[in-house]
Amino acid sequence: MSKLNGNIRIGVYVCHCGTNIAGTVDVAAVARAAAGFPGVAVSREYKYMCSDPGQELIVKDIREHNLNRIVVASCSPLLHEHTFRTAVEKARLNPYFTQMVNIREHNSWVHQEKGAATEKANDLVRAAVRRVACHKPLEKSRVPIDPAVLVVGGGIAGIHAALTLANSGKRVYLVERDATIGGHMARFDKTFPTLDCAACILTPKMTAVKAHPNITLWTLSEVSAVEGYVGNYEVAVTRHPRFVHEDLCAGCMQCVEACIYKKPKYEDEFNYGLSKRKPVYLPFPQAVPQVVVIDPEDCIEFKSGACKKTCVEACGDRHAIDFEMTDWTEKIKVGTIILATGFQAFDPKRIPYYGYGTYPNVYTSLEIERLVNAAGPTGGEVVLRDGKSTPRSVGIIHCVGSRDETTNRWCSRVCCMYSLKLAHLIKEHTDAEVFNFYIDIRTPGKGFEEFYQRLLKEGVHFIRGKVAEVTDWALDPSEEGKLVIRVEDTLSAFVRRIPVDMVVLALGLEPHADAQEVRRRFNITCSTEGFFLERHPKLAPVNTFTDGIFLAGCCQGPKDIPDTVAQAGAAAAEALVLIDAGYVETEPNTAYVLEEECSGCRTCITLCPYRAISHVEAKQKAEINPVLCKGCGTCVAGCPSGSIQQNLFEDEEIFEEIAGVLNYVR
Amino acid sequence: MSDGYLYFPGCSLKGTGIAYEESLLAAFRLLDLKLEELDDWNCCGATSYMSMDETQAFVLSARNLSLARQAGNRDLIAPCSACYLVLRKTQDYVGKYPSIRDRVQASLRDADLPMMDGVRTRHPLEVLYNDVGVARIRSMSVREWRGGPLVCYYGCQAIRPYYEVDKPVQQTRMEEILGAAGIPTVDFALKTKCCGGSLTGTIHEVGVRLNYILLKEARRKGAQAMVTLCPLCQFNLDAYQAEIRKQNRESLDMPIFYFTQLLGWALGADPRSLGVQRSISGRRLAREWFSVEQEVPAHV
Repeated sequence: MSKLNGNIRIGVYVCHCGTNIAGTVDVAAVARAAAGFPGVAVSREYKYMCSDPGQELIVKDIREHNLNRIVVASCSPLLHEHTFRTAVEKARLNPYFTQMVNIREHNSWVHQEKGAATEKANDLVRAAVRRVACHKPLEKSRVPIDPAVLVVGGGIAGIHAALTLANSGKRVYLVERDATIGGHMARFDKTFPTLDCAACILTPKMTAVKAHPNITLWTLSEVSAVEGYVGNYEVAVTRHPRFVHEDLCAGCMQCVEACIYKKPKYEDEFNYGLSKRKPVYLPFPQAVPQVVVIDPEDCIEFKSGACKKTCVEACGDRHAIDFEMTDWTEKIKVGTIILATGFQAFDPKRIPYYGYGTYPNVYTSLEIERLVNAAGPTGGEVVLRDGKSTPRSVGIIHCVGSRDETTNRWCSRVCCMYSLKLAHLIKEHTDAEVFNFYIDIRTPGKGFEEFYQRLLKEGVHFIRGKVAEVTDWALDPSEEGKLVIRVEDTLSAFVRRIPVDMVVLALGLEPHADAQEVRRRFNITCSTEGFFLERHPKLAPVNTFTDGIFLAGCCQGPKDIPDTVAQAGAAAAEALVLIDAGYVETEPNTAYVLEEECSGCRTCITLCPYRAISHVEAKQKAEINPVLCKGCGTCVAGCPSGSIQQNLFEDEEIFEEIAGVLNYVR
Repeated sequence: MSDGYLYFPGCSLKGTGIAYEESLLAAFRLLDLKLEELDDWNCCGATSYMSMDETQAFVLSARNLSLARQAGNRDLIAPCSACYLVLRKTQDYVGKYPSIRDRVQASLRDADLPMMDGVRTRHPLEVLYNDVGVARIRSMSVREWRGGPLVCYYGCQAIRPYYEVDKPVQQTRMEEILGAAGIPTVDFALKTKCCGGSLTGTIHEVGVRLNYILLKEARRKGAQAMVTLCPLCQFNLDAYQAEIRKQNRESLDMPIFYFTQLLGWALGADPRSLGVQRSISGRRLAREWFSVEQEVPAHV
């Protein structure tokens, strides 16, 4: 007890939490025992310490009894540490002179025997009393927030977040990997369950992005490096060459017309290869920016260097085409980042027994979106791959790459509804018999169940069962020339063979192939399936574990358009909270280096999960940035020379706590 | 450990499936692969043993594996799918389930045999694919195929539940190997659909119907012959074509080959050493394609 001088005056408060604690722990006995611990000046029990009168009790005692340390034995510090620190601060005492003891989650809720539970509470309180005596006054620090925001990904999520922020007057950088913004939504025909046209509601927002004075839009661009911390991120964006200068191109398309390829020859990515494009092309008519792009893989000038360059000729005095363009890097400073990088559709070739790639008339759901679209490769005519015949029967297989042990285990949430939508559209376009093969129909959304009922009335067939295979083997003449869907109909309990002309695979949603790479670049975490992980699934759904970085849309998990837009709005709001506050306060429970003992071995630098530690060349010592440090303690434990300490977890504090819990008297 | 592989023929490859043995040995010889027949081998333990007396089946199988361990612990190649499956299953179950391991160990001890730990059961298709490789087969193929297109048929036992011989669905390794040897194949949806199995001997009309389905679909796909990797599949598809012709007024007469026969031919083996003259159906085509001039009586 040599550390305890005459100045330490501790107040101990033991909470009943109604009967939550008092039902199992003899709180009066704990308070009595605590009164006898060294340094304790006041010891009380109270029904609800977190209530206003409970907090007032602490404030009054600090003033009247001249207390300078507070121990509250109640619930988890996750819930009320902030409450009691604030109360202590109100009495003009440093808030970090407070220590909580968790005698609810760690004690009364997990024990039954009152005597032993009370004894355990005594030990824990004794530990806290001894530790709190060693606490030092600490200060929170403030970090200013740069008001500019980076939005990564130009799908509907990124577009909505960017516009929300820009409309509130903030500077936004929108970075998109493709040549146009719009993402998956730009390729959809109608949206469920209202059947409004996707392009009609999306393209005005795309145009608004381009026209907005507060938005800097960079397409064909990728974030290559992220440095810094909340409020002060330094981001490098690699801009890939379009080989057409955006500021010079007028979008007149004369170069496309004049291209040496008279006919489109290359797979059109926007239509998933269902149509062809030239080496110079506009991704789709409403692309934003309205600037053509040259694919160097396809262009003769890049391949041989000997093209007549009729495109350059057609461009004339504008001189927009530039074959010499190369990658360049833009460096920007932003305070917050919103990741809206979206999803990739499941690759159906991973399930070979559904025949995608083997049988031409097996399609993906995305291909059908383009096929039923009036602006699509067939002008909205649903025809088979031969380009002429209309399917008279169509089978839609649900859950392809979803809810499947061998591929992806999660439900992709949107496939039931978009399959219903496609069933409706195919029927409308072709009057074909449409069969849906489903495991469960999931319609939990506004107007979704009503849409399902509508389809039942429209005469779409529903067969409950996971499809075994799609085959071209005809069992009898009626199946000749058809694709046969083999399925166990689990409602009528027999195996069926359904011959159809066209099979549609309802692809699931999965994380991008490079999601892990992106995760590392932004220093955030992923869930086991590879989607970016939110800080809390319910209460912090758009935050990440890295301050100042937020999530929107399908990069966090599969979701439909309404949910994506809602989440994008929420992410924008979270960014605005930081920007409008102007600064963030950071907790002082951070680690610090004892410079005279640090040997500069850099062990801690590689251990730190938050990239908070750097090596100062001039001093040959490690330095911890308190803004980035999350107080995890890894470096403290890892330092070979013991030269890193952490506020609130200093050796002395921990040893006193251990001595206290063991009732060890030196 | 000596090099090369041990070979477990099982009953079929010494009987109805002797063409499989002949062609396998020829092909391996041409690829410079050593193949030594396991000395004193016994019944693999397949057929009805497993459902009658599990322990006995495992012990029969384990004895072969134990002999392989004594014979230098080389990989044991079992070309017959039934042998392959039961040996592979024994290897798996003895490793996984202590109660089976104890029973097997006790029986082997009574026979003064060592535990068969470490012995690997392998199928020749997978050995050719993984250990030899498609590229080497391509470079060693010397003959140009003069026959028509074929479909590859894999059957059930070599493919599932162990996924080492090929993928569990839409297998391609036979096609890849034959493709490398310059022999054209056509794709086929029924690669693992039942050949009739032992039903041809028990509920005969069902068994025959099942192999008729395969033959008919192969022909519909434009194939003039089928390729198999299992003596039972080969026998079923080969033996009942006359009956099918009669019942269904069909003109069906399709040779059913082992993949080793085609590979051996491409590698330059004497056609007579491959046993192609032994099959029952499609003899005219087989003679023509393999240039086997003299008629030789069928084995069966």
